[in-house]
Amino acid sequence: MRKVAIYGKGGIGKSTTTQNTVAALAEMGKKVMVVGCDPKADSTRLLLGGLAQKTVLDTLREEGEDVELEDIRKEGYGGTWNVESGGPEPGVGCAGRGIITSINMLEQLGAYDEREALDYAFYDVLGDVVCGGFAMPIRDGKAQEIYIVCSGEMMAMYAANNICKGIVKFAEAGGVRLGGLICNSRNVDNEREMIEQLAKQLGTQMVHFVPRDNDVQRAEINRKTVIDWNAEAPQADEYRTLAKNIDGNEMFVVPKPLAIEELEKLLMDFGLFDK
Amino acid sequence: MSEKKEIDPKAALDEILSKYPPKVARKRAKQMVINEVGENEQVPQITANVRTVPGIITMRGCCYAGCKGVVLGPTRDIINITHGPIGCAYYSWLTRRNQTKPKSEEDDQFMTYAFSTDMEDSEIIFGGEKKLAQAIQEAYDIFQPKAISVFSTCPVGLIGDDIHQVCKSMKEKLGINVFGFSCEGYKGVSQSAGHHIANNQLFKHVIGNNEDKPEGKYKFNLLGEYNIGGDAFVIEELLERCGITLISTFSGNSTITSMEMAHHADLNGVMCHRSINYVAEMIEQKYGVPWIKTNFIGPESTSKSLRKIAQFFGDQELIDKVEQVIAEEMDKLIPVRDAIRERCLGKTAMLFVGGSRAHHYQELFNSIGMNTLAAGYEFAHRDDYEGRKVLPSIKVDADSRNIEELEVEPDPVLYNPRKSPEEMEKLAAAGVPFKEYQGMMPDMKNETLVIDDANEWETEKLIEIYKPDIYCAGIKEKYGIQKHGIPCKQLHSYDYGGPYAGYEGAINFFKEIDRLVNANIWRHVKAPWMKDTSPTLEATYNA
Repeated sequence: MRKVAIYGKGGIGKSTTTQNTVAALAEMGKKVMVVGCDPKADSTRLLLGGLAQKTVLDTLREEGEDVELEDIRKEGYGGTWNVESGGPEPGVGCAGRGIITSINMLEQLGAYDEREALDYAFYDVLGDVVCGGFAMPIRDGKAQEIYIVCSGEMMAMYAANNICKGIVKFAEAGGVRLGGLICNSRNVDNEREMIEQLAKQLGTQMVHFVPRDNDVQRAEINRKTVIDWNAEAPQADEYRTLAKNIDGNEMFVVPKPLAIEELEKLLMDFGLFDK
Repeated sequence: MSEKKEIDPKAALDEILSKYPPKVARKRAKQMVINEVGENEQVPQITANVRTVPGIITMRGCCYAGCKGVVLGPTRDIINITHGPIGCAYYSWLTRRNQTKPKSEEDDQFMTYAFSTDMEDSEIIFGGEKKLAQAIQEAYDIFQPKAISVFSTCPVGLIGDDIHQVCKSMKEKLGINVFGFSCEGYKGVSQSAGHHIANNQLFKHVIGNNEDKPEGKYKFNLLGEYNIGGDAFVIEELLERCGITLISTFSGNSTITSMEMAHHADLNGVMCHRSINYVAEMIEQKYGVPWIKTNFIGPESTSKSLRKIAQFFGDQELIDKVEQVIAEEMDKLIPVRDAIRERCLGKTAMLFVGGSRAHHYQELFNSIGMNTLAAGYEFAHRDDYEGRKVLPSIKVDADSRNIEELEVEPDPVLYNPRKSPEEMEKLAAAGVPFKEYQGMMPDMKNETLVIDDANEWETEKLIEIYKPDIYCAGIKEKYGIQKHGIPCKQLHSYDYGGPYAGYEGAINFFKEIDRLVNANIWRHVKAPWMKDTSPTLEATYNA
């Protein structure tokens, strides 16, 4: 089983990209579990067809110690298993601690056991790494490969670089590696070239360039992934390619985060290019 | 018996410091001083109230311990709820042996209960505010107390529960005083931060709440006395015999009701300067009640304190009464003291405790002819060592700035300076100085060691080098010390003893020290793995 964590700046499209990619993997016949690590608990909506998911932490709170695996995971599109970690309302408690508790709970309940015959476990992680809890999915023995969703916008690239710094720390201690950048296009000038260059400088690759297509939004309104909504849509093929690239990926590196000056230079070189 | 060979204090310090890495040694060296009292009680500068180097096994406690355990722990009619996982509440529950004596069976007495929200995983993740409100409600439903206070432990600060908001809404709902302390254990460098936070909240939420003027001719508050082993009972009795009305104590044998009236007193006596001087200062600023340093540990200090109080009120009747009480008490004390002095003369002591205790107890040892070789505080600031004269030169660092400093204005109605500046000057010249504490070091002999924030390593080395006859510290140090064959007297909890305050307490203390240094059981005890060299008693039986 491959354990994959998806990171990236808030609002970049991690949940959308993850679910669409997982749908493509499922279509390829892979058995996938998605673990949403966002207190908002909105990481599995498209795979579950909008079904309100009872989170691990809510279940734990209501059921006490007597929790079964079936109470906290739900089957979705293409036989995928879907779990929402959940967490506190904004402004109270400790969401990070929630993620830790919930991933431990999944392990205790045997969600990753061999009898589950999983090919993939995907962790969809909230925004930037802000505290120990949000780094839980990449601690030793958890996710081994990370993909960072980014775009050609400056703040998304800053965030990607920052996440790489976090990965370096955990890569030194454990086995986690960066699998690549996923460019979720925002139609920024020279976006593809810029992210390819960023990937190169980080010592990694751009796994796929996902073009902007409103079909993604149309599918989302219907609470579906693109493949589920319209398997013939061109965008569905983009996610199929991304899934194929991840499935066949063999390039796993400890990234080399850029100094701020390098990052700014990159933006200057590409962002201010005349078309 | 103590060997009287001369020990070079400089060499002793060098030996202790030699084991530290250079940077640590440099820092510790500034906190380890050889005492030298010059003109005008001038003493060497010592570094205090700074962070302990990580890895050093310090004697210090935490902010929560200072706030809940020390300052609020001894008040009986308030429900003190510890907001946090259960350990903090349990281990701060009466471990200082604070005693209390309700006036009647009907009076509230909650100190024998440990109240806690018992936070668990789920409260850490989702926030503990609801459980806290529930705990306050439950405590109220069962006990109907006059007041409830809430103490934050470390995780509460990390997850950001707004305890003050919860307290405010529960105060409105229940119609009783409910207030909180943000005294998370990690705050500040020692329990001193907790004292300051406790002082601030008591001043904001308690002092001045009761407008009923209490009866009494000579109205006095005793600040920084915590009734360990019954000390407060002895002091209360002394004051009563002299005709001095004790309005409130902060906080030995106290009630929240008495604290609410504290501003009606005409004089504040500060006993533990470190833990309570903030309240004394703020009461003076807001209500005009002056404060003097008093100390009821040791017969001479007790007499001096009583005389200062009498002089302040300036009434001949009171002055005479105080002299009469002192004479009666000294008559009882002198024969006991002198008999014990013969057995203890020339023996030596070390004291590492508190922010005042290491100073106050030296007098008791002096009384029976024992010398203090080394002393230090766990959580004191420079003024507690060198005297308040150094206050203007104390550098305020970021750790201290982190603790709120209240801006206090004179109360528009209640501000009433009890003495005019001229009267205060006159009293000061006559031996009743206000806002004055000369610190521990001027009272110590030259060439003695003064060590701030001492630790396990330094304790063991001091014992090895100096071989004192007794070492006074706390529970964490006690058994390590006794394994060296040296008796340890706990001055946080008094072990199983007390009271040690006043004259009656002094007699108890003399007897206890006599027993400890002359029985010396620890010197004859060997650990099982050590070679048995103890003397054996042999006898033969002739039929």
